[in-house]
Amino acid sequence: MTRTALSALLSHWWRNPLQLFTLLAGLALATALWSGVQAVNAEARASYDSAATTLGEASFDQLVSGNDQPIPQATYIALRRAGWLVSPVIEGQIKGVRLIGVEPLTAPGGLGPVGLRGGADIGAFLSGNGQLFGTAAAIEALNDHNIAGIITPDVAPNVAYTDIGVAQRLLNRSGEIDLLIVAPIQPLIQTPLSEIAPTLIRRAAQAGSDVGKLTDSFHLNLTAFGLLSFAVGIFIVNGAIGLAFEQRRPVMRTLRALGVPLGRLITLIAIELMLMALVAGIIGVALGYVIAGLLLPGVAATLNGLYGAEVSGTLQLRPSWWLSGLMIALGGTGLAAAGALWQLARMPLLATAQPRAMAMAAGRRARVQGALAGLLLLLACILAATANGLIAGFTMLAAMLIGTALGLPIILSGVLAFGARRAKGVLAQWFWADTRQQLPGLSLALMALLLAMAANVGVSTMVSSFRLTFVGFLDQRLSSELYITATDTDEAAQIIARITSEVDAVLPIQSAEQSIAGLQTEIFGTRDHSTFRDNWVLLSSGEAPWDRVAAGQAILINEQLFRRGNLKVGDLIDLSAVTLTIAGVYGDYGNPIGQAVIGEDLFKTLYPEIIAQGFGLRIPDGDIGRIRTILRDEVGIPDANMINQEGIKAFSLDVFDRTFVVTTALNVLTLAVAGFAILMSLLTLATMRVPQLAPAWAVGVTRAQLGWLEVLRAILLAVLTAVIALPLGLGLAWALLAVVNVAAFGWQLPMYLFPWDYAQLFLFAILAAVVAALLPARRLAKTPPADLLKVFSHER
Amino acid sequence: MNVKIVILALLPVAASAQGFAGLGGDAEGFGLPAPNPTFSFPADHGPHNDYRIEWWYLTANLSGPDGTNYGLQWTLFRSALAPETGVGWTAPQLWMGHAVVTTPTDHYVAERIGRGGIGQAGATAAPFSAWIDDWQLAGDWDTLTMTANGSDFAYDMDLTAQGPLVFHGDAGYSVKSAEGQASYYYSQPFFDIAGTLTLPEGEVSVTGQAWLDREWSSQPLGADQTGWDWFSLSFDDGAKMMGFLLRQADGTAFSSATWIAADGTTTAYPDGAFQAEPLEMSATSGATVPTTWRVMLPYQDVDVTVTALNKDAWMATSVPYWEGPVTILGSHTGRGYLEMTGYE
Repeated sequence: MTRTALSALLSHWWRNPLQLFTLLAGLALATALWSGVQAVNAEARASYDSAATTLGEASFDQLVSGNDQPIPQATYIALRRAGWLVSPVIEGQIKGVRLIGVEPLTAPGGLGPVGLRGGADIGAFLSGNGQLFGTAAAIEALNDHNIAGIITPDVAPNVAYTDIGVAQRLLNRSGEIDLLIVAPIQPLIQTPLSEIAPTLIRRAAQAGSDVGKLTDSFHLNLTAFGLLSFAVGIFIVNGAIGLAFEQRRPVMRTLRALGVPLGRLITLIAIELMLMALVAGIIGVALGYVIAGLLLPGVAATLNGLYGAEVSGTLQLRPSWWLSGLMIALGGTGLAAAGALWQLARMPLLATAQPRAMAMAAGRRARVQGALAGLLLLLACILAATANGLIAGFTMLAAMLIGTALGLPIILSGVLAFGARRAKGVLAQWFWADTRQQLPGLSLALMALLLAMAANVGVSTMVSSFRLTFVGFLDQRLSSELYITATDTDEAAQIIARITSEVDAVLPIQSAEQSIAGLQTEIFGTRDHSTFRDNWVLLSSGEAPWDRVAAGQAILINEQLFRRGNLKVGDLIDLSAVTLTIAGVYGDYGNPIGQAVIGEDLFKTLYPEIIAQGFGLRIPDGDIGRIRTILRDEVGIPDANMINQEGIKAFSLDVFDRTFVVTTALNVLTLAVAGFAILMSLLTLATMRVPQLAPAWAVGVTRAQLGWLEVLRAILLAVLTAVIALPLGLGLAWALLAVVNVAAFGWQLPMYLFPWDYAQLFLFAILAAVVAALLPARRLAKTPPADLLKVFSHER
Repeated sequence: MNVKIVILALLPVAASAQGFAGLGGDAEGFGLPAPNPTFSFPADHGPHNDYRIEWWYLTANLSGPDGTNYGLQWTLFRSALAPETGVGWTAPQLWMGHAVVTTPTDHYVAERIGRGGIGQAGATAAPFSAWIDDWQLAGDWDTLTMTANGSDFAYDMDLTAQGPLVFHGDAGYSVKSAEGQASYYYSQPFFDIAGTLTLPEGEVSVTGQAWLDREWSSQPLGADQTGWDWFSLSFDDGAKMMGFLLRQADGTAFSSATWIAADGTTTAYPDGAFQAEPLEMSATSGATVPTTWRVMLPYQDVDVTVTALNKDAWMATSVPYWEGPVTILGSHTGRGYLEMTGYE
């Protein structure tokens, strides 16, 4: 009996291969997008984790050079002999591999290559040619140095660890150290740092590294996209399963009438669906692997370029990853099928087998859905008023998106009812009414379109607003025409001596690191010059901020410091021995850390050891070439150390654009999935619509006309959906800019609108709907009259 | 002697296969102690880099102004990866320091590890100085200054020698097993010591007696020797005694002792003359170890009970062991130091 019943159930799919395809393809696509994104995330995370566990220097205080010069090894010894428990680290690049030299005997616990802590042979590490710990690729790259390689897969990609002595030799930097790790527990008696090594700066340990925070937000973005894609896919699957159920009602009635118990029927259907989910899941995971493979290099480049985080460019097939892909396919199918199975369980034995596909939005169900939509939108409003932090931000996004999606059929139904009341003429009235009648069957696909469009509007508004702000920021920040870097203080002096009379102004760029309000801050000493007064936009400021900064009474802080340090204009900040008033807050979109500006004179008093080696030159138009020539030929500055303003801007924008390449790619994919959903829904509906169209044909509407009306209907629905998607997308953008960005990056961005982009998207959506509608419409137009006639002869 | 722990902690050798802390390990390429040594000072106060292990090991029994007893330890170990001096980071000499202050209730320990060849740690003979980081023992051996510094204690001491150097075993050639493993071993047990302890409760001025051991070798233990119990006892009548038991895997022990008369003349005793048996075991923050001993040297009519001042003088260092001050009662009275290794 079971076999017979199963073959009867399965026969539906043989007769409706398109529906089968919809189901499998929808599920596979959803799984693919989800698992692709997860794979990229997992890969990147694994890379940071190994980077964090291999060195982990960020969790310790560090002593770093205050004058851009390496720390002499003698200073290290002097510090040790003065009671400072510090451990030296040197870093450098050899053949693209980041070589890190550590001193294992003084390194605090938790520092150094993983393999070394696990009881490796310290004797071998310290003897002879030493040892290299790293991935096979990193060791391979350094193999001509005749150093024993220990392959350690959990070391970050392109990083190799060795003894500091070996590293100094390989990097040809004998006697030099880049930074000193300060052990967390220090002895009772120490000579003050200022007496032993006054040029060193103590940098506080970072509780969670900035790179971690930034990359987290990046991954959260990706994950949100993955979830969104999955939600879109589940809408498709839900639609396909719902339709299949409705269409199989007669079969089920017959099977039940023939004596198949309800429990067994439900079990069979569940098994059938799970098998399909498994097949679709496997296809989806495979596709996801391909997607991840395509995205990963971009993500790796982005993370590296933007945050300096190394990510392996190769993908590993992790069991946890493909298992979770399969589970999400199964879970998604279960979620989509639960409602249908529930209905089946409660269906009276001989309930009418009339296909009711069109009647899915029965009153009660619509009310529940409407209530849920209302609740979610209310939640979104409450969160919009109160939310701060990433979790709340993303919860608000989710509530807003799902709430609107659930409310979509109700809104559309209302609009269509309104249209029907206003319609003049029989055909128009029929068109409106028929469109409204089709709505339940299409609503899931339209929800998918809504989500995809809203995400598109939201994300593109966010990215474009960000970009516009960023460009503006670059313009105000990079206001000097030429930026030059001297290799040492002598050269810096020569530059000043030679060039001051040739240009409008020589503006030194000098900075020191210090902690303000517990946050690592880069403090710039800025010359009092109109370049800054005219170009810098202060987000908020007190009276005459630049005058007070120049007088050494005030300090300007960036937005990150302002928000994270909970500071405000007028607050007092202790900087070394001086107390300064915060005179203003400026936007800073170039880096995640705190930054502050004080007057040049004060800077020189506080940090006398720091001598500016970078300069911004204000040069009259057309004079840049001459100045470059003077600097190159007379002072000996290589071209590489002179960068035109345009060069820096181009580089910065390039980094910026790369960051959002992945976002754009996912945007396009999501929209494509939504288009596919519409196509599938229309195709499925088309086969069922013959009975409804036959009467229209019988009263004189030609098949071609019917076909065109079909296209028109798709356009109408797409337009209506797009109209709702636009404000939703703008809401999404606002949430991203005002809530999520503040939490993730520490800055709030002004929101700009891009009507032309929205219009384009509008056209794309309509185009997608038209393309999706064309095939079913054409089919309809070509329906043999005999089929239409059959409707009347087969009248049930 | 004291066959002490060494930096070999750093070398991943199984204690069971090669004796405690690898001290029974292979000595290929390194110098081996030979009988009838001739010492040359001050050169021999400095390092012997062609031997695998070496130490400068000072222990002291101190008293505060209120009569409280304290123990103090300052130790610098040298361990060579190769029998060369070397310069820079490639120098194969590794150094480890242990500094301790023991009170009747507390046991403050600090450990430092560092590289030779770069100036962080080392020893020189003339002028004599032995140091690791900011810890230092320096002077001409008639007088020495000594500093150490941990996260919760520090000390700064002056030492003045009141007697001659003492050579253990056969004129400084100290046999450690029936198979003939041996080390060079001499001591200066006659230091008067005075200075300041910095403890969490404040500074304490202290005075007392200190005992400085010098020992170097390349393979001082037999492979089947699992640990040792070492005693340095200073009796109130001015005589002193050093004795140790090297415990062997089969349950027997190899013993050795040096009797040091008040004028510094020595008598060495071979295996079996010196006896020590545990009377009371105590659970410490590490292993359970004997903290009260009956110690006997019948040739000198010594039959005493040796009791730890602080039973929990456990050293939770790279190689863990027990080391602390003791009080002596019985046929003789006095104070001293006890070291026990290889307990688990």
